[in-house]
Amino acid sequence: MKITLGPASPSKAFSRLVESLSGEDLSKCYQCGNCTGGCPVSFAMDIAPSQVIRMVQLGQEEAVLRSNSIWRCVSCLQCFSRCPKCVDLSRIMESLRRLSLRRGYEPVSVKALPEEFIRRSPQMALVAGFRKLVP
Amino acid sequence: MKIPYYPGCTLSTVASDFDRSARQSIRDLGVELEELPKWNCCGASFPLTPENVIGLAGPGNVLIQAMKAGGTVSTLCSFCYNTLRRTNNALKSDAGRRDVLASFLETDGLGDVKVLHLLEVLRDQVGFAGLKAKVARPLKGLKVAAYYGCMLLRPADAAIDHPESPKIFEDFLSALGATPVDWPNRGECCGSHLAMSETDLVRRLSGSILSSAQSCGADLLTTSCPLCWHNLVRSQEAILRDEGKETVLPVIYFTQILGLALGGDPETLGIANGVMGAEAVLKAKGLWPAAAAAANSGRSA
Repeated sequence: MKITLGPASPSKAFSRLVESLSGEDLSKCYQCGNCTGGCPVSFAMDIAPSQVIRMVQLGQEEAVLRSNSIWRCVSCLQCFSRCPKCVDLSRIMESLRRLSLRRGYEPVSVKALPEEFIRRSPQMALVAGFRKLVP
Repeated sequence: MKIPYYPGCTLSTVASDFDRSARQSIRDLGVELEELPKWNCCGASFPLTPENVIGLAGPGNVLIQAMKAGGTVSTLCSFCYNTLRRTNNALKSDAGRRDVLASFLETDGLGDVKVLHLLEVLRDQVGFAGLKAKVARPLKGLKVAAYYGCMLLRPADAAIDHPESPKIFEDFLSALGATPVDWPNRGECCGSHLAMSETDLVRRLSGSILSSAQSCGADLLTTSCPLCWHNLVRSQEAILRDEGKETVLPVIYFTQILGLALGGDPETLGIANGVMGAEAVLKAKGLWPAAAAAANSGRSA
């Protein structure tokens, strides 16, 4: 697997920030790929789950926050339940989402949600969606 | 026996069939679900990052109401169950977050609630043997896929059974006389809240769950999550419309199948209206009341 690093030299500030938000120790991950193997949506991610961790370890802030992977992660916890090192990747994904939302990114526009979706969908979909995808 | 009960928002609105069928069936088993006198939305997702203490305020408030009701609370919705159970676990194990939240909510004694899913109540308090004895309409010949999804199984410290090889749902179905199907996708994700942002992705995830259950021989699929229900049913509608497929896999709540086995009326249980294909499947198996009666008289004649 070839990982191309951005122009900036690896910054520890970003990985430390993600560690402090998520409460996870990123250095525990040794890239076995179990998370990517079990992830139901990894096929639709531009950066695979295990690569997300590696890129955060390497301080690739812009690339990670720009990826669609953090928004497509559904927090199903299949990765955590199969991780041999008990790294909770769902917490890392959530901290990346929160960082991105705090910087003003809007993955979902509430105004643009279809009327029919709001009328027919269960409240839990709206509440969970707002919590995960709306600043 | 009375058990405090937290319905949550979805069961009070679009999934009212789930709520009604549960209250009725569990009453037939001698258990009364006593709705908490005061409750609010649980937040529908556990706040994953530990710095997000305010996200615990919603579920924390529900847990305070549960404390007032005696310290135990039962739930039906998989999301509510998971959010409340994990919040309680987090507050139990993390004194820092517990203290911040306790002072914010002006309470003490957080983190000590027993959060139960109704399947656990059926297994541990009613007992599957006791349940079997009360079955009035054994679901003989009905092959049912038990769909756990994510929220009943993960993380391990909030699971209602073993996260990788659970059997509680299958045991429940066996007690009703049905045949649980052995299928690989029972703990896979349906797409969850991506229903809001990524309909195509949800359709692909839900579609593979449906086709996995069908190819393993399921007549219908049963769930305890209104969001799974929504994703599976709406995806199936789209698949049937766009791909011209004809085989339908009905999706119903586990309390509806419970009610049916206990002799309940499909109309009252909400199986008759709006659940695609359930009526046809149950009629074909002779499990619809009129058909069942006709079949019985046919045998006795």
